[in-house]
Amino acid sequence: MEKDQDDIINDITSGEYKYGFFTDIETDKIPKGLNEDIVRLISEKKGEPEWLLEFRLKSYRHWLTKKMPDWANLKIPPIDFQEIIYYAAPKQRPSLESLDNIDPELKRTFDKLGIPLEEQKHLSGVAVDAVMDSVSVKTTFRETLAEMGIIFCSFSEAVREYPDLVRRYLGTVVPYTDNYFASLNSAVFSDGSFCYIPKGVRCPMELSTYFRINAANTGQFERTLLVADEESYVSYLEGCTAPMRDENQLHAAIVEIIAEKNAEVKYSTVQNWYPGDKNGRGGIFNFVTKRGICRGDNSKISWTQVETGSAITWKYPSCILRGDNSTGEFYSVAVTNNHQQADTGTKMIHIGKNTKSTIVSKGISAGQGQNSYRGLVKVLKNASNARNFSQCDSLLLGDKCGAHTFPYLEIDNQSAIVEHEATTSKIGEDQIFYCNQRGISTEDAIGLIVNGYAREVINKLPMEFAVEAQKLLQISLEGSVG
Amino acid sequence: MLSIKKLEAGINGKMILKGISLEVKAGEIHAIMGPNGSGKSTLAAVLAGRDVVEIRGGSVTYLGKDLLQMAPEDRSKEGIFLGFQYPIEIPGVSMVNFMKTAVNEHRKHKGLGPLSASDFLKLMREKKELVEIDSKLANRSVNEGFSGGEKKKNEIFQMAMLEPRLAILDETDSGLDIDALRIVANGVNRLKRPDNSAIVITHYQRLLDYIVPDVVHVLYDGRIVKTAGKELALELEEKGYDWIKKEVDNQN
Repeated sequence: MEKDQDDIINDITSGEYKYGFFTDIETDKIPKGLNEDIVRLISEKKGEPEWLLEFRLKSYRHWLTKKMPDWANLKIPPIDFQEIIYYAAPKQRPSLESLDNIDPELKRTFDKLGIPLEEQKHLSGVAVDAVMDSVSVKTTFRETLAEMGIIFCSFSEAVREYPDLVRRYLGTVVPYTDNYFASLNSAVFSDGSFCYIPKGVRCPMELSTYFRINAANTGQFERTLLVADEESYVSYLEGCTAPMRDENQLHAAIVEIIAEKNAEVKYSTVQNWYPGDKNGRGGIFNFVTKRGICRGDNSKISWTQVETGSAITWKYPSCILRGDNSTGEFYSVAVTNNHQQADTGTKMIHIGKNTKSTIVSKGISAGQGQNSYRGLVKVLKNASNARNFSQCDSLLLGDKCGAHTFPYLEIDNQSAIVEHEATTSKIGEDQIFYCNQRGISTEDAIGLIVNGYAREVINKLPMEFAVEAQKLLQISLEGSVG
Repeated sequence: MLSIKKLEAGINGKMILKGISLEVKAGEIHAIMGPNGSGKSTLAAVLAGRDVVEIRGGSVTYLGKDLLQMAPEDRSKEGIFLGFQYPIEIPGVSMVNFMKTAVNEHRKHKGLGPLSASDFLKLMREKKELVEIDSKLANRSVNEGFSGGEKKKNEIFQMAMLEPRLAILDETDSGLDIDALRIVANGVNRLKRPDNSAIVITHYQRLLDYIVPDVVHVLYDGRIVKTAGKELALELEEKGYDWIKKEVDNQN
């Protein structure tokens, strides 16, 4: 038995991160470092209007006044922001009108990642915006979607083609003053996705953004802005991977969602950034601000995340429930193996009447991983009949890892009903032996048990991605019971 | 089929099995009885490959192979099935998914491809009827929220799915009402074939009213102290274990 488990541990630690390759492609990089000239240079590279440059500069100046947050249960090594390259774009940026103009090397990269850029090859029913380093390289199904009035394009294009829409919503959910990384992102963000679903339209396919970091020594700072107008519906997904490198790379993104009256937005993330090696060397620092506002009555925003990658994860996808009867949901599975650290959770801010929120967080810690749930449920004075249900479960594999729960409640209305359940469990040797006795290997048993534990969350993902997420969970944890 | 020779084993440094020898031939049903703490469940654990049990001596040969060298999952795939005294709950893992994984692992071991979804469901339906198991049970998580009786029926259901050569039933009768007992025993009897065998571990004789053993062994203080035909079980029921304890203690 013991020998078996050692073998299994060896198998994974020999590096089963299958997206760790690097694409050798000519890249247009600006000099490293951060100052006002760099901010201006990024804006200039993108041919931005004056108002956006002003937004960036305001953000940059604000960032200078802030300090890196230190309240999370994370050990973050010092980051030298002057050593980072803030803009890197694969060269010969193609015109997005035709695939023929895309560098074949880029196409091959995304093929290898399982994200073919040809529409006919792609999973039917999923439109993709592919982002490599600082720019969007291709958005599929744009024309099909445009027929319904849906705008789905890169952020840069949105700025050029729909400046009024962008200007109306940009920074309204996550203001540039929000937090250290939000200010940084607002100063240097380079691309991302923009999506607008018009009134009364149900988006007929999954929209997704695939983020790829490729260039070395760069940071990725993208923004996603998603607006669901009245009575509309959209399901949105994002996926992310990066090459294996010994240095840490910074990813500081912002996602803003606006749901108007009766609108529903489902936002799913399968985060698989390079987690670093078994000794904790390298990996992505994933410091992300995600927030949605249910602006209109009866609107709904649902976050689902499967977080298996990154050396350090710091993110709290949140909902501001402003409209009466609006609903916010947060379903999360976060895995930390080897030396990974995660401090993740959500904030549910109840403002409107009869607002409802659900939080289901499933942490899985293995190796020497540290996994913290941090969540705030805030019910404001006028939010009568607010309801919240929170469930925070932690699963430990082995005895060198840690799980922590930090729930915060701020209730200013007596009619609120708030429930919190929390459990911590270990994968039992009993459970593994029971599986073994039925002919299932220890490795497969752990996969089964972990997927069972996470099922409630995985089931919230769109079908194709649920299958991917299951495999990912299994790969991230193989052999971690010792 | 199974040959145990002078087996000595313990848990946490404490000797529990103190030299057990046992031969089980194809087609036979052996009952192992004995008072609490005599080592019955430890013997089952050794045969299934539970690693908390330390083997101190002796050998176990199963179908000509050294059983003690085989991983638990390989023993399962070679046809050893353990019906657990306390079946384990696995939250979130459906019985369908669990059994499909197990059955397909067994098939892979035999060089067969995985069953198609429809063939698998058909097989499940057949076997469910055999143990009169509630059809909804299959969609629930493994043993989660099952009553004591449901858990034990579920063990026999899994046995029916995996068709073992050697079934070891560890106190499958404990905690069962008479109806459940009859169903469990019926399941075992209907799965009996001339080429498979069973070891039925029980504290009470009442299970043996339904599953008739060829041989009855009494285990006491880590040793098999008596071996006889099925009538031994009746004698034990009538007189209890004390006379055996006395007999053994006097010999020492």
